[in-house]
Parts: sequence; C-alpha cells; structure tokens
Amino acid sequence: MTAPNPDFEADHIRRILAGERQLFHSLIQPCERSIYFLLLSLLRNEAEAEDAAQETAIKVYLNLKNFRGDSQFRTWVLSIARNEGLGRLRKTASRREDSLDAEMDEETGDYTPARLTSWREVPLEALQRQELGGILRRAVDGLPAIYRNVVLLRDIEEMDVRETAAALGITAGSVKVRLHRARAMLQRELAPKLEGFAGKGKEKGKGVFGWLKS
Amino acid sequence: MRIDCKHVWEHISAYIDGEVDAALRAEIDRHLETCEICSAVLDSTRNVVVLVADERVFELPAGFSERLHARLDRELELAGPS
Repeated sequence: MTAPNPDFEADHIRRILAGERQLFHSLIQPCERSIYFLLLSLLRNEAEAEDAAQETAIKVYLNLKNFRGDSQFRTWVLSIARNEGLGRLRKTASRREDSLDAEMDEETGDYTPARLTSWREVPLEALQRQELGGILRRAVDGLPAIYRNVVLLRDIEEMDVRETAAALGITAGSVKVRLHRARAMLQRELAPKLEGFAGKGKEKGKGVFGWLKS
Repeated sequence: MRIDCKHVWEHISAYIDGEVDAALRAEIDRHLETCEICSAVLDSTRNVVVLVADERVFELPAGFSERLHARLDRELELAGPS
C-alpha cells in the first residue's frame, strides 16, 4: 500500500487551504482503501460503506483547517472514518456490532491454532483462482468485529501498531492481543481449506490432524 | 531456558512481525529447529497473513474511486474554499 508522505501532505494541505481545492483529490486518494475497508468492517454492507466513505472524504475536506499535524494525516482521516461508521451504527441500534471495548480483551477463550505436522506453502499465484479469494474473504468476514478491524488495518492495509491503535481508538496492547487472536482464528479456519491450493513442495508429515486444546 | 510449544504460540504473532527481542527470538528459533508442529503452525499462520495482504483479495468495488471523486467535485464546488 502507498506509504504516507508527510511532506507531500503538508504541502498539499497548505495549498488547498490557500484555495487550490482540486488538489484535495490527490491528497485523499492514498487513503481511499483504508477508509473504505474500515467502514466496510464496521458497517458490513458495501453500499453503505461506500456512502460513508464519500461522507468521510467530504468531512475531511470541510475540517482540513483543523488538522494540527500532531498525528499522521491518514490516522486523522481514519478517525473521522471511524466516527462516521460508529455514528451510523448508533442510529440503527438494532444492528449493534460487537463492542469495541477493551474489556473484551480480558476474556480468555480458545485461541489455539490448528495443530499440523507439516505445511505446504500456498503461493500468491494461487490467488489467480477466484475461489481462493472468496475463501479468504469469508474467513475474515466471519471474525468478530473487534478482531476483523485489526486484521484489516494491520495485515490487509499494512498499517503499523501505533497508527492502527489511533485509528481504532484502542491501545497498542489491545491491537497486539486482538491481532494475535484474529490470526489464530484465521489459521484454524483456513488451514484445512487451503490444502487444495498448495504448490508442489515437499511434504514432511501426514497433514492436518485436527486440533487439540492444550 | 527451553521454551515449550505453548510459550512459542503465545508469541507467534509478534514473532511473525519481527517484534520479539533477540533473546526470545533465538529461543523460538531453537525450538522451531526440532518441533515440526510449531514449524508447521508458524508456516501456516504466516502463509495466511501473506495471502490476505495481497490486494487481489480485498478490492475496492468497481468504479469506487470515480464515484468518490465525482461526488467530491460536486461538494468542492458547493463548499468553496476549505
């Protein structure tokens, strides 16, 4: 994903505020994916997420003069996106998502992996098969919201821990705990399903044994 | 100090991200040399992370960018200077 460029951003913001409005298009463009996928994770609906993403971009523009530069621009943009998403969720109380509260992190649960004795790498080339993408998307979509959001920003959008924490309004510690659990759940869900997509590498053991609670 | 599988698993996410200190990383590496289960679990978890990160898996809807920028054009007109 495109790395933020603070000099580019600062320069564009200055010029936009001075009247070069059209520059806003290229300022917001690198943030589009992150905005959309964060909102999709919150709202679970593509049309709503797209509408909320457009509203977010507009709000960023209207509030540009309030950006202090003490956080990264994209972090600030994503907190606006998050507020947009949470605001829409609050309006439809019957669609309350899992809480974003930190107390969920205290829960102990079963986050053990699928126990395997060997693993054959599934190469990126395998993504040319449409069904693999579908399997991966469904697995991510099936995660509880608080874990899905973190996987989205950390693994899919490749944001760092600090930025992810700021964008989601949680601590760095929570980001790490939730990411670990999300990855555990994905591995458990996907290990049996990915077998058919592996390359022709050497296999050491006998394959998937199922998993044990330890 | 020899660490066990459960201990390795607790740190697997940080290990994948290169965020464990050198001493712990050395312990984990040593454990992985002789534990085929942890090796396979690590490989599979890392494989999943690499796959979901590929931009082909989560794509913006077709036309998303065009629609966003068309809407922005309308709003930038209406709103005037920021």
